[in-house]
Amino acid sequence: MNFSNLILQLFQGLGNTVLLFVLTLAFSLPLGLIVTFGRMNKWAPFHKLKDHSANKFANALSNLKPIQLIFRFFISILRGTPLMLQIIVVFFGPYYAFGMKLAASYRVIAVVLAFSINYAAYFAEIFRSGIESIPVGQYEAAQVLGYNKKQTFFKIILPQMVKRVLPPVTNEVITLVKDTSLAFVITYTEMFTIAKQVAAAQTTIVPLFVAGLFYFIFNAIVAWGMERLERSMAYYN
Amino acid sequence: MNVLELNHVKKTFDGKLEVLTDISLNVQKGEVVAIIGPSGSGKSTLLRCATLLTAMDSGELSYMEQKAAWNDDSGRAVYALDLKKIRSYFGLVFQNFNLFPHYSVLKNLMDAPVSVMKRDPQEVRTEAMELLKKMGLEDKADSYPCQLSGGQQQRVAIARALAMKPEILFFDEPTSALDPELTGEILKVIRQLAEEKMTMVIVTHEMSFARDVADRVIFMDGGVIVEQGDPKDVIEHPQEERTRQFLSRFADR
Ligand SMILES: Nc1ncnc2c1ncn2[C@@H]1O[C@H](COP(=O)(O)OP(=O)(O)O)[C@@H](O)[C@H]1O
Ligand SMILES: [Mg+2]
Repeated sequence: MNFSNLILQLFQGLGNTVLLFVLTLAFSLPLGLIVTFGRMNKWAPFHKLKDHSANKFANALSNLKPIQLIFRFFISILRGTPLMLQIIVVFFGPYYAFGMKLAASYRVIAVVLAFSINYAAYFAEIFRSGIESIPVGQYEAAQVLGYNKKQTFFKIILPQMVKRVLPPVTNEVITLVKDTSLAFVITYTEMFTIAKQVAAAQTTIVPLFVAGLFYFIFNAIVAWGMERLERSMAYYN
Repeated sequence: MNVLELNHVKKTFDGKLEVLTDISLNVQKGEVVAIIGPSGSGKSTLLRCATLLTAMDSGELSYMEQKAAWNDDSGRAVYALDLKKIRSYFGLVFQNFNLFPHYSVLKNLMDAPVSVMKRDPQEVRTEAMELLKKMGLEDKADSYPCQLSGGQQQRVAIARALAMKPEILFFDEPTSALDPELTGEILKVIRQLAEEKMTMVIVTHEMSFARDVADRVIFMDGGVIVEQGDPKDVIEHPQEERTRQFLSRFADR
């Protein structure tokens, strides 16, 4: 196979890589925000039990925040286990657990689902730290001016949060570009899968190098875009 | 008519630290009240209770003769379910401004009137520009807060509060975060508002300002009102020993 043929094949894989990248971002960013809300949920159904006596059990129960706890648990699983494993579980899980026969098209769905959920967990923690870094005075000023909770969040807090989390989000997005190669475990034909196949068939390492170059260029473009985004918000600090 | 009525306010933090013990404060339309007192005496907590930022344990609160909070049978304060109207009666100027950094100066002034009060943006803009002119900031409309000096930021914060057309304006040490040479411009603005008969409650450590501008001075210590009355009486001839002690620290000013 000649070189231009190789490039052509990798380009076809690149299409699937970009698709996975774009869909993952499109789903995981909003999902991450929702997970943040769950993670920051302060609902404590037993808070009335709080007393200042020595009843340790009642005091512990009064601090129990069930929704927050559930989200913390799932975030810790998603961040604490390999993404590759999560992809496999999402893809093969329905068959092994329930004997469900899924169509071939489920491969794309599974890979996007696994990536979106995994990245949502990371984004959620980034968003949370961003929200928590906004001075309480911003909430108080908004409240005195009569903004309701929704207006306060979307008009005052969220825009400032976005600016603050942009650097760590950029890190995650760059990692995502490279992580897309993990989709090979369920033979989703993204660029890395193809590069590996060609390399094996022709006993040459060139396709892998070229794929590496493609990832590098992809990330250079991503970094450039994120930098522009950061600069567009640099008008205040 | 009383713009603000606060009766028998009690506030305790964490079940032990009693910060306000039975404070009552009525403010008439057009009146300027200065609150003085040592740090930790509960001045900020009182303003925060009045502006609904902190819930009082017990007490009554009303604005323009409309009840915001009252005591239930067990003597605990309960708040009205809908406080929207109540909130529209007052404004608060914070010690550290709390401007919205991502909004331009003009947007800081315009956003709440437009998105909270649903007023016509064109009309709000005209009024906001007039307010900025009054504050000497008409050329800063398109600047962002971070591009302004502390004194300018505080003037924007005052204008932002005024843009909501409150019946009463609270100030919590409006000059304390400023360099000494910048306090004058803020005090001048407040003085001008007093001349226009704006109803105001001002927590301040500027004694000569309080004496000149206020209609009434309240000295707070340890969560109670120790002494109040005509500014010249309270500041120049205090009746209470605690007031005298406190004021002696300002004698060299
Ligand atoms: N949110 C809070 N939690 C616990 N203690 C508080 C809180 N806010 C204020 N206090 C305490 O209440 C007392 C009065 O504070 P504050 O009202 O800020 O006084 P001032 O404004 O007169 O300096 C202080 O001892 C302060 O530590
Ligand atoms: Mg204070």
